[in-house]
Amino acid sequence: MARKLPKVDVVVVGVGWGGGIIASELTKQGLTVVGLERGKERKTEDYFMVHDELRYAMRFEMMQDLSKETITFRSKPSVRALPMRSYGSFLLGTGLGGSGVHWNGQTFRFLPYDFEIRSKTIERYGEKKIPDGMTIQDWGITYDELEPYFDKFEQMTGIAGEDNPLGGKRSKPYPTPPMKMSPAMKMFGDATKKMNLHPYMMPSANLSEAYTNPDGVSRAACQYCGFCERFGCEYGAKADPVVTVIPVAKKTGKFEIRTHSHVRRILHDGKKATGVMYTDVTTGEDIEQPADIVVLTSYVFNNTRILLMSNLGRPYDPNTGKGVIGKNYAYQVIRGGAIGFFEDREFNVFAGAGALGMTIDDYNGDNFDHSDLNFIHGANISISQTGMRPIGNNKVPEGVPSWGKDFKAASIKYYTRTLSVGAQGACMPFRHHFLDLDPTYKDAFGDPLMRITFDFEEQDRQLAAYCADRCGEIIKEMGAADKIEVNRKLGPYDITPYQSTHNTGGVIMGSSPDTSAVNHYLQMWDAENVFVVGASAFPHNSGYNPTGTMGALSYRAAEGILKYSQSGGGLLV
Amino acid sequence: MLEQHEKNDQPVSRRNFLKNSGLVLGGLVVGGVAGSLLRTKQAPQQPGATPAPAADFNEALMYLTSEQFKVVEAACERIYPEDELGPGAKALGAAYFIDHQLAGDWGFNARDYMQGPFYPGEATQGYQGRLKRREIFDIGIQEMNNYSHTLQGNKFYELAPEQQDTVLKAFETNEVKLTTISASAFFAMLRATTLEGVYADPLYGGNKNMDGWRMKNFPGNQMAYTQVIEQEGLVKMEPLSLRDHLHG
Repeated sequence: MARKLPKVDVVVVGVGWGGGIIASELTKQGLTVVGLERGKERKTEDYFMVHDELRYAMRFEMMQDLSKETITFRSKPSVRALPMRSYGSFLLGTGLGGSGVHWNGQTFRFLPYDFEIRSKTIERYGEKKIPDGMTIQDWGITYDELEPYFDKFEQMTGIAGEDNPLGGKRSKPYPTPPMKMSPAMKMFGDATKKMNLHPYMMPSANLSEAYTNPDGVSRAACQYCGFCERFGCEYGAKADPVVTVIPVAKKTGKFEIRTHSHVRRILHDGKKATGVMYTDVTTGEDIEQPADIVVLTSYVFNNTRILLMSNLGRPYDPNTGKGVIGKNYAYQVIRGGAIGFFEDREFNVFAGAGALGMTIDDYNGDNFDHSDLNFIHGANISISQTGMRPIGNNKVPEGVPSWGKDFKAASIKYYTRTLSVGAQGACMPFRHHFLDLDPTYKDAFGDPLMRITFDFEEQDRQLAAYCADRCGEIIKEMGAADKIEVNRKLGPYDITPYQSTHNTGGVIMGSSPDTSAVNHYLQMWDAENVFVVGASAFPHNSGYNPTGTMGALSYRAAEGILKYSQSGGGLLV
Repeated sequence: MLEQHEKNDQPVSRRNFLKNSGLVLGGLVVGGVAGSLLRTKQAPQQPGATPAPAADFNEALMYLTSEQFKVVEAACERIYPEDELGPGAKALGAAYFIDHQLAGDWGFNARDYMQGPFYPGEATQGYQGRLKRREIFDIGIQEMNNYSHTLQGNKFYELAPEQQDTVLKAFETNEVKLTTISASAFFAMLRATTLEGVYADPLYGGNKNMDGWRMKNFPGNQMAYTQVIEQEGLVKMEPLSLRDHLHG
């Protein structure tokens, strides 16, 4: 029997960006919030020894311990799903701040097209443009409606940037000026301008200068140390929940964080949640935390998994297309790109910042004509200088062996003489891409693992090849590249090489309970006091990093939760 | 830190460590939380300590037998050989690095999902075996010796370098048929850990004297590149290690 604690106003499950934003907004308005975080506490001082590529980048110091919990994967239902036994394709965060601690900080806004993707695609190209089985749908909210929340997230994090000439309209400029420009970025900017494209500085959560945000939190400027993604920031310069929203919530005296608290079930009566059940992983004790409102703010997979394990909401059935929990799982098409090898130029590739880069959106969203193309959407194309570390970067031109004397010489020579232009492709949902509970494999508590059924489609292959060619043109225009390699080929989805930790969907938002799990306040249609916050709400994934849009939706959800709490109940939509 | 240092093939002396650390501390302007991080205590003076470099107590084995070690060391050296650019994996201590890694979490697959049931699966589903990395190394090393014996009548480390390459190539391409492990997957692991041993912070037993980093012009653990990031051309600087940071 679980030990039952006194009731609180709100319990948030997972204290990363979602949990931190919800907690700070709600506690500022006087609600009491308990944050249950399965991992350990984190603070800036932890990162004194952080410049350690082996520990953090190769051995995944900050990531979820897969021996306790992983996911299973299969390309299609006729294949047996098997566990992801070690890390590859994506990296799962854990601990205070979640993945918001070890992200790069590339903070884009999805395009106006994204939020009305189905309507706008049909409007321009007709219904036939959407292939059989592609389940794109409008988000139930427009870019203009979400704009104030984008701004709120950017002001809170202090995003450094400049206007995207092809992006949605902004109500305010970025709070801090763009980052410094490296020679490689300048080359990319010059080349794309010459090609009549529209380059702009990548919006960055690595501060370009010291900044005090509207909550009164001050942070130092980025030092371009080159250890960002997979690492915590020893300067507190990179915006993460631990140095922004969490202290703001704590200062109210109304936010209690319980680390090592692994939530396993939402408790409910079929219509409303009554609280959550979690296990204290240090003692093994099961504890019940009653609450008026339950907010799921963990990663995509556990937002979906906890709902399915709790029998809350209608599970998605790929055979009928009915049900919603687990629907529209999507990823990122990241393999199209081009590499240039330079014989007579060297670059300080070891220096950088997670969100240091130049980028274009000319081939993203519906910013270009798809009439004669066999795909929709596109990719953000950029050159980024995140800091190349020596174990992970040993690229040699095609034809050079992968070990031995020639490999050594070429890998050393080209370490400082290689630039790449990459495409971050959007990923459309399909009826047969989904999440459900694995029937065989269990986590450390005996609960079923999340099962992913996913593969790349012709849409993805066409998109990758098209964008790879654009990357090739740009790197050629950048000049001096003596050897150019264009990676056009997108094979089957493979869970072993790292690609992107941009998994989306499973608890998607929309305007109807028939096709979505949550409304545009991220409130569950089937349980009015449960809000599910995260990229799990994305009905598809755009050609961008998801955190900016995820952060905006978190602020939107916080507003919804306050409305719900003040109005005494009911669906907000 | 911002001076352009010339490549220095000599092992870095303690005096140089301190000098470089001083450069970092003196050259950096930061605010907020970071300031406190940079003020580290001086290492306490040990009574009777001498400045002369001591024997490297790290050069001993935690997991491999000395026979296994010889195979690993010889294989690493072929993967990343000594040449006119500088030391190879052997001189950089990559084999000690691999031994130490096999002895710890990584060798035990401590943070991997190792629960059954086990099924072969598709290549896109990743490793599905029940063997731990240390067991794969045990088998792989044995099989390298077996194959070397069949081919040349000798143990792997007794072969001429070119013959060793032939053996490694046979593993890389699965020309060697093994039943318990995948020859190519073992080779890939050997190659990956060799590069880790060459380029990881010297803290782990490889990348001796940071010479792996020097060859590659990677400056190691620098606190800031604010003055480097906009510069044209390669800025060369003397690398720094995590040890420098802790004891700086």
